[in-house]
Amino acid sequence: MNALDITRSLSAPARWRPWEIALWLVIWIVPVVLPQHAALVNEIAILGLFALSLDIVLGYAGIVSLGHAAFFGTGAYAAALFAKHVMPDPLIGLAIGTLAGGLLGVLTSPLIVRGTDLTRLMVTMGVALVLMELANRFDQLTGGADGLQGVVIGPLLGNFEFDLAARTASFYSLAVLFMAFVIMRRIVHSPWGLSLQALRDNRLRLAAIGLSVNSRLSIAYALGAALAGAAGALLAQTTGFVSLDVLDFHRSADVLLALVIGGAGWLWGGLIGAIAFKVLHDVISAITPQYWTFWIGLFLVVLMLVGRERLVRPWQGLLKRKGAGSGNE
Amino acid sequence: MLTLLFDGVAYGMLLFVLSLGLAVTMGLMNFVNLAHGAFAMAGGYVLVVLMRGYGWPFLACLPAAFAVTALLGAVLERTLYRRMYGKPHLDQVLFSIGLTFMAVAAVDYVMGSSQVNVQTPEWLRGRFEFGSGALSLGMGAYRLFIIAVCVALTLGLQTLLNRTRFGSRLRAAVDDPRVAAGLGIPVNRVFLLTFAAGSGLAGLGGALGVDILGLDPGFPFKFMVYFLIVCAVGGTSSITGPLVAALLLGIADVFGKYYLPKLGAFIVYVLMIAILLWRPQGLFTRSGGGR
Repeated sequence: MNALDITRSLSAPARWRPWEIALWLVIWIVPVVLPQHAALVNEIAILGLFALSLDIVLGYAGIVSLGHAAFFGTGAYAAALFAKHVMPDPLIGLAIGTLAGGLLGVLTSPLIVRGTDLTRLMVTMGVALVLMELANRFDQLTGGADGLQGVVIGPLLGNFEFDLAARTASFYSLAVLFMAFVIMRRIVHSPWGLSLQALRDNRLRLAAIGLSVNSRLSIAYALGAALAGAAGALLAQTTGFVSLDVLDFHRSADVLLALVIGGAGWLWGGLIGAIAFKVLHDVISAITPQYWTFWIGLFLVVLMLVGRERLVRPWQGLLKRKGAGSGNE
Repeated sequence: MLTLLFDGVAYGMLLFVLSLGLAVTMGLMNFVNLAHGAFAMAGGYVLVVLMRGYGWPFLACLPAAFAVTALLGAVLERTLYRRMYGKPHLDQVLFSIGLTFMAVAAVDYVMGSSQVNVQTPEWLRGRFEFGSGALSLGMGAYRLFIIAVCVALTLGLQTLLNRTRFGSRLRAAVDDPRVAAGLGIPVNRVFLLTFAAGSGLAGLGGALGVDILGLDPGFPFKFMVYFLIVCAVGGTSSITGPLVAALLLGIADVFGKYYLPKLGAFIVYVLMIAILLWRPQGLFTRSGGGR
């Protein structure tokens, strides 16, 4: 085997597959063909981006987080406050939201490198709760439980107004999601991304070959946080409204659920999960608006009893048996 | 001042009884059971239904709440929980969140979404006042009753754990399930009994707490954090750890809500993060031990 072959076989997983390109074409065609569902497309794109960000943290770095809404909410509030008080340009607002999420991720990453799964669970949830209490406390700034009113977002690129039918919003969110997906795809297939997966599968061995575990965990966490901030900023900008709801526990639970439906540990998991979750939500809540959580709960319980990899990706069990059961070294 | 301390202790004792089952589940089977609050809620609703619907006396309802939730816990342990023991923590978390979602929606469907309350009996509604000024102490009879019940329970459990054959088997199983099984201890049966008892205790705590904590279908999510704090901060290797953690949490919460009403919960969460950073395994863990 010569050097060229090795290069080729190593870079094979990083190459775009035909089905991936086809799927993205379909995703882009949907808002063009079905403009009446633009609002739903927008919601799915935002949830997809949020789930993608959790995928980096959970699926690739193996950090169990029950408080990912902290970054989502921070991004949302940062973008909304920036639009209200500084300038209404959406792209700069998006950058601000992303930065705010990432900054919080950097600040809180020392909290998650220590301890066991339970500790991490508690600390991530605690951070989200602390932020929620803060947002509630400083209600003259955030609007508290009533929400932040009067957020006006300027036209996208100076041309496209955000309309009520959410057509601009759907394309905007999809574009951001697409860019994030491409960047993340590049990152997880880089040597650094591979070392991250090695970390998830066996932390001890990664440390033994001389790579720093903590710095990888922190960077992955901050990266996921920044993306979640971007998702929050998108929500704030496309709806023109933020309330305490963006920091609520159910957001963290929903995005976890979406990611698990799609399958953690591959980039499409978040996207497919977001689509499935939103469609499931729409269908069930059309039948029983008040009690749809019962069926979501039942779905989760059954999914976990059957084994989450078998329901979504039946072939995965055959390909790699190990790797799923790590995480409590 | 003393009144607040008293209320905090009562609240903490209640939290202790509520979370003890969770601590045992985590310590014994390394299982993160977020659905623990659902058992507490079940106990609360058993009390409400029996007292309102069938006119049972309050004191008879408490053992009933314990028995019903213990039975529920035993059935669920045999049918569902047992399959989840070996799975990764994420699966356990999602599984128990799913169960909680189901419980919340089901209770909402059957009992309605509004908050329910019960009439406590006449002899528990009094209030004792001692002293005056800054050192005055007012003790609600109901809170006094809760403290008495919880202290009795704690002493009973401590004796059970330290003095009986079952207790020593349980402690052996907590320390190292594999070695315990190798020595012929029926770890599965020990765990079934413990899970049932823990659920029952949660039910009892939920029933006792209807008057203080309030009861509505959102209960499991509202108090999930508190139960988890007690277990994470107190550690899961003894019952003293959760007891101290629960008392601290109860007192901090009552004081925080009284003196800084808008920042009360904030202080509790920050304190929890700080403690977990300082001692990631909890405040009162013995060094060593397998896992």
